[in-house]
Amino acid sequence: MDKLHLDQHISQQFNIELEEIRSKVLAMGGLVEHQVSNGLTALLECDGDLGRQVATADFEVNNLEVGIDEDCIQILARRQPAASDLRLIVTVIKVITDLERIGDEAEKMGRFASELADTNQQVAYRKELRHLGGLVKSMLRDALDAFARLDVDAAIKIAARDEDINAEYNTLSRLLASHLMEDPRNVSALLKITWCARALERIGDHSVNICEYVVYLVKGRDIRHTSFDQIQAEFSTKKF
Amino acid sequence: MVDKALNDTHQSAFDAIKETVGEFTVADPKMRTKNVDVFYGDKQAIFDVSLDIGNNEVIAMIGPSGCGKSTFLRCLNRMNDTIPTCRVSGSMSLEGEDLYGPNLDPVLLRARVGMVFQKPNPFAKSIYDNVAYGPRIHGLSNNRAELDDIVIGSLKKAGLYDEVKDRLEAPGTSLSGGQQQRLCIARTIAVSPEVILMDEPCSALDPIATARIEELIDELRENYAIAIVTHSMQQAARVSQRTAYFHLGKLVEVGETNHIFTNPSHELTENYITGRFG
Repeated sequence: MDKLHLDQHISQQFNIELEEIRSKVLAMGGLVEHQVSNGLTALLECDGDLGRQVATADFEVNNLEVGIDEDCIQILARRQPAASDLRLIVTVIKVITDLERIGDEAEKMGRFASELADTNQQVAYRKELRHLGGLVKSMLRDALDAFARLDVDAAIKIAARDEDINAEYNTLSRLLASHLMEDPRNVSALLKITWCARALERIGDHSVNICEYVVYLVKGRDIRHTSFDQIQAEFSTKKF
Repeated sequence: MVDKALNDTHQSAFDAIKETVGEFTVADPKMRTKNVDVFYGDKQAIFDVSLDIGNNEVIAMIGPSGCGKSTFLRCLNRMNDTIPTCRVSGSMSLEGEDLYGPNLDPVLLRARVGMVFQKPNPFAKSIYDNVAYGPRIHGLSNNRAELDDIVIGSLKKAGLYDEVKDRLEAPGTSLSGGQQQRLCIARTIAVSPEVILMDEPCSALDPIATARIEELIDELRENYAIAIVTHSMQQAARVSQRTAYFHLGKLVEVGETNHIFTNPSHELTENYITGRFG
């Protein structure tokens, strides 16, 4: 049962509804990825306009969330889905919540980027931010891929990458903390950069959630709050 | 040729169902069945089904039409005895007593294992006499006062008493469909059965009457073992603790209802409950 067979219901209309929801989620994922990428670019390249663009575009992500939520509620009310269909709807409701939060984090980055650019404040630790941002962007992309492909093995591996992101974020936080103590004149800029780093770290956490939902969707097991070793032991590749 | 092709598809689907997935035994069984085969003449309707029915549990039997769920249910109180060509093999027992053993009186068995049918079928008698019928023929009361107690108690347990207390002498058939079905449940309860079998008890009822019966099933569970055959998956999900999925005369999967409706193990179960091509 690794495939969901969304197109095999006796009701063609149900097939269409589920497929529409799935493609809307993927479209929302694409948009959110784009927002994160632009938010990061705006920050790294001191591009105030791009930052503003990201901040104002967040409403599109919000609209998609509301629309998909409504579609899911309609299916719950009218179809009373069971088994994998039920898991799909529940997963979608959860995934879009995380995507919307990621959108908010991207918006935050965009806003801080434009504020920094507008006040001609320099963006310190650009190299570290670029590195952290790169890790986060690829983790988000891979998590969305794992969702699109219903790839449990990939999801479990991707979720484990959050540790690298956390380590990177901790290092950057320490650098920022000591810099703050040494250079109080730059507190405002440094705080904004801290918040951007924090936003990136949160996006990593949301990506982990998406990976966990993929496992739930495909295997029907809730692996939240379970240690990585335990998960690996239970879902090691060759067992399926 | 077409027939042959259809038969082949059917045959391969049939062959693909191996052993029952899930645990068919329970810790506290009321009835046990093991390796049951049922034939109507030459035609086999049930293939090697083993399934326990636990005390104080509702087990739902689901599956497409003709999958054998009703046949299996009817074997549990020997209702199939009335069909001359019907033959049952394997073991079936109630509290360890062989249902098809030589010393077992099927009439007494049907008092211990009651049945509620799809269409409410009250006798053409008064409400009172409908419920009193079983206790009378089984001699369960010594006088009118005792009989009154049984009738009123049964109507109360079936959640019907308050609606009919002022017209116990009215004909049972004057009640609404939902009330008639509760009357039939009261009639079943009146002989103090241990197990209640229900064959689509709500399929002729409106949603409100259905909700009342479902509420009743939940209350009855405290004192009886209940097996219910239903075509409504939502009903199975709502009322049962365990669910058994039948297909082509075989028991495909049995397990906790929570599990079956969120993450069934067998692909055929999944296809059936999600409305996919089987």
